[in-house]
Amino acid sequence: MANDHIDLIVEPGQIHALLGENGAGKSTLMNVLYGLSEPDDGEILVDGKAVCFRGPGDAIKAGIGMVHQHFMLVPVFTVAENVVLGDERVRRLGWLDRRRIRREVAELSERYGMPVDPDAVVEDLPVGVQQRVEIIKALLRDAEVLILDEPTAVLIPQEIDELIKVMRALRESGKSIVFITHKLKEVKAVADTITVIRRGQVVGSADPGTSEAELASMMVGRNVVLQVDKAPARPGAQVLRIVGLSVDSELGHRVVDQVSLDVQAGEILAVAGVQGNGQNELVEALLGLRRPVAGSVTVDGRDITGATPKQVLRAGVGYVPEDRQHDGLVAEFSVAENLVLDQYDTAPFAAGVSLQRQALRANAQQQVSEFDIRTSSIDSPVGTLSGGNQQKVVVARELARSLKLMIVSQPTRGVDVGSTEAIHRRIVQARDNGVAVVIVSSELDEVIALADRIAVMCGGRIVGVLPAGASRDEIGLMMAGVAEEQARAESVAHPTEISRLEEGAP
Amino acid sequence: MSETSTSDDSTVEVEPADPVRPPGFGRAVLDGIVRGNSVVVTFLAIVIALVLGGLLIAFSDSDVQSKLGYFFAAPGDALGAIWHSAWSAYVALFEGSIVDPSFIRDYASGQGSLSQVFYPISETIVQATPLILAGLSVSFAFRAGLFNIGAQGQIIMGAILAGYLGFGVHMPIVIHLIVALLGGFIGGAVWGVIVGWLKARTGAHEVITTIMLNYVAGYLLLYVLQKSVFQRPGRSDSVSRFVPGNARLPLLAGTGLRLHAGIIVALLAALACAWLFNRSTLGFEFKAVGANPEAARTAGMSVGRTYILVMLIAGGLAGLASTAQVLGTDYYLSTGVNSELGFNAITVALLGRAKPWGTVLAGLLFGALQAGGTVMSAQTSTPIDVVTVIQALIVVFIAAPALVRAMFRLRGGAGGEEGQSLSKGWNG
Repeated sequence: MANDHIDLIVEPGQIHALLGENGAGKSTLMNVLYGLSEPDDGEILVDGKAVCFRGPGDAIKAGIGMVHQHFMLVPVFTVAENVVLGDERVRRLGWLDRRRIRREVAELSERYGMPVDPDAVVEDLPVGVQQRVEIIKALLRDAEVLILDEPTAVLIPQEIDELIKVMRALRESGKSIVFITHKLKEVKAVADTITVIRRGQVVGSADPGTSEAELASMMVGRNVVLQVDKAPARPGAQVLRIVGLSVDSELGHRVVDQVSLDVQAGEILAVAGVQGNGQNELVEALLGLRRPVAGSVTVDGRDITGATPKQVLRAGVGYVPEDRQHDGLVAEFSVAENLVLDQYDTAPFAAGVSLQRQALRANAQQQVSEFDIRTSSIDSPVGTLSGGNQQKVVVARELARSLKLMIVSQPTRGVDVGSTEAIHRRIVQARDNGVAVVIVSSELDEVIALADRIAVMCGGRIVGVLPAGASRDEIGLMMAGVAEEQARAESVAHPTEISRLEEGAP
Repeated sequence: MSETSTSDDSTVEVEPADPVRPPGFGRAVLDGIVRGNSVVVTFLAIVIALVLGGLLIAFSDSDVQSKLGYFFAAPGDALGAIWHSAWSAYVALFEGSIVDPSFIRDYASGQGSLSQVFYPISETIVQATPLILAGLSVSFAFRAGLFNIGAQGQIIMGAILAGYLGFGVHMPIVIHLIVALLGGFIGGAVWGVIVGWLKARTGAHEVITTIMLNYVAGYLLLYVLQKSVFQRPGRSDSVSRFVPGNARLPLLAGTGLRLHAGIIVALLAALACAWLFNRSTLGFEFKAVGANPEAARTAGMSVGRTYILVMLIAGGLAGLASTAQVLGTDYYLSTGVNSELGFNAITVALLGRAKPWGTVLAGLLFGALQAGGTVMSAQTSTPIDVVTVIQALIVVFIAAPALVRAMFRLRGGAGGEEGQSLSKGWNG
């Protein structure tokens, strides 16, 4: 059961934050509200009347609009076309009334301060603007209640600022907003009232004045440490050296452009960037999963450019892929089998060609207790575990080998707070043991918390490498492609709301 | 902190699993068929198919049809005829495939021979042997995520090479048989490797390439059977020379029964498959690639190499299927090799849930249906095609586990979430 007797009342003209960690049941609740799933029990009232949604169409008619975490836009259509999709304004004979659509889009974007060009093709727009398109789409269908599902996950701080302004403008005009998130700072910045849910149940409400620590403990159910505990790095010898690495996509576009980076033993280098700016391809090229067109990669003095994934792994590289279900785990395999997915053919797990089930089990037992992997049995299929525990399986597997370099993509995406703490601790521990660590993350909080140095990537290039302690706004601007010097000046001149909040806090 | 340690057990259940992304269509079908069926569903599918088959037998019986003409005047007549018709057909099926009680009585009274008693079961095993081997071929590929529609082509290539090595060369006893068996394996393996290599290199889908290679093999068979190296002297039709005794699979129970050593080859092959998948590193790799090729690749496995190896072994097993037929039963090669064996193999693999021993049991069941079907059509007015219909019905119900669950009001299945939601849908 993902939701258990949840009561939620959303008032008009109010921003109602729904706070809960990953897997708490926020999205399930919203899918029910939007008619995507049916409740087993209980009812939904709109303006005091009970309604029954058989699908999103009903929800839209009742004035509920949703902006999904993953946008539901047709990339090759223009903004105007996307906005009317499914609710086309037509003239006689089925002709699209483009003029009217354009006018309506322009009106809405002006009214709520969201500049959008109605004729731009969606795939050319930055994610922040795509999100506006989604909001306009909902407003055009006369939504009175807007559900925003993790709207800030893909945005840089400056875009989050813009979004907050838009949300406020919507509130002024009497719309209600349900703001689903697990980020405490944003909640405090924008919400009028906060409902916290944990394990499918409402555990309480709070007002925005509540402290972050208090919100976090409500959300997780115990006191949590919000800071990662780590000593200053003591970098040693150079381990990873990337020189002029370029990678082309399948379609022949240059997605990684002349990237050069050095990473030393005992330090964490974070690669920050908005999703889809070449970070993925860079990592895949390092792992041998993708062939670079130029440049070289050396690990501990050994050239691994163009090596096979197996050779790279055997050279002492650990890899936690961004999408654990797609690339990291075999869902049907047991926890024990997944824990040896990249070592099944080496001793002690193999003797000749025979798989040593005993060794597999012993290894699993040890890892499960050491990493506190919550599973009913080491023989359970890994697909039945929660996201956080699946991620622990991958991290445990990679750390079990003796590593020189560890590459972690999106270390804690879709992972609960408890597991996040554990995974962060392990990453820092690996660093302290002299492993060179590269993390790739689009979560600025995570980058700031973990990194000893921050390489910001935009459009396949490294915009600059910042030391630990660089400001959130500066990193954010560089993620948008602004050069280092300019970003620093700009971030001092125009700090964002979230960062002001951060400084204000004790 | 103390709370987390005490609530460990409940946490396991409460925490929702990460939603699994929907797999591609092909894999979804495989998952549904191979993993979605519990043993119970498989068993019930067979029962339903037999019941429907019985009705079909009854309604195609002219006696039943005439009695149905006055159904409302005397329904007992028609119902009795239906029962009699189906029952006598299934009794004949049983007597033709397992044992005929009348022969036991004869033997007990000293009139019949022991081989008469064991004749039906021997026939069942003879029919089952190629089905098991070909079924193993298909289930082997299934486990590695490949849909080997091309067992037929591999079967033909195995038969051609095994047959040629059987009658085309002269070698001492034992060695000749081993060489011919190896030849059968290699013939099929080569045909399989082409498919695996094409998939690894170019991404060509195995369903397309295997189907095309089936045609190539079929026409190659027609061609070689007209060549003097193959064609039996004095014949103008497509029939090969005889395989000499040296290269024949030995009979296991005297000349009175057709039971031959092919079944031992089949059981050894099943044993090898079971070991490979459960106990070897290679099988671990095959299964990982089958379940999630991307994760396998990321973990350093070579997906392309796996495809080639899997198709090599699957092809070899299919090649052995026809080899058992040629060296053990027929002793010559004819166009009959290009029959429906390759497609029955898919059915057998599905029924056996792509597990080695499951495939053996499924092969025996289908062997029994075929052996018994011959007797049934001889003794009753039931055409042998009914057997094919029953086989097809089994597959239909296997392929629709949700339907079977709904009919018997079972909940859920080995398939987990997917199956549950489906059965939920059926119930209401």
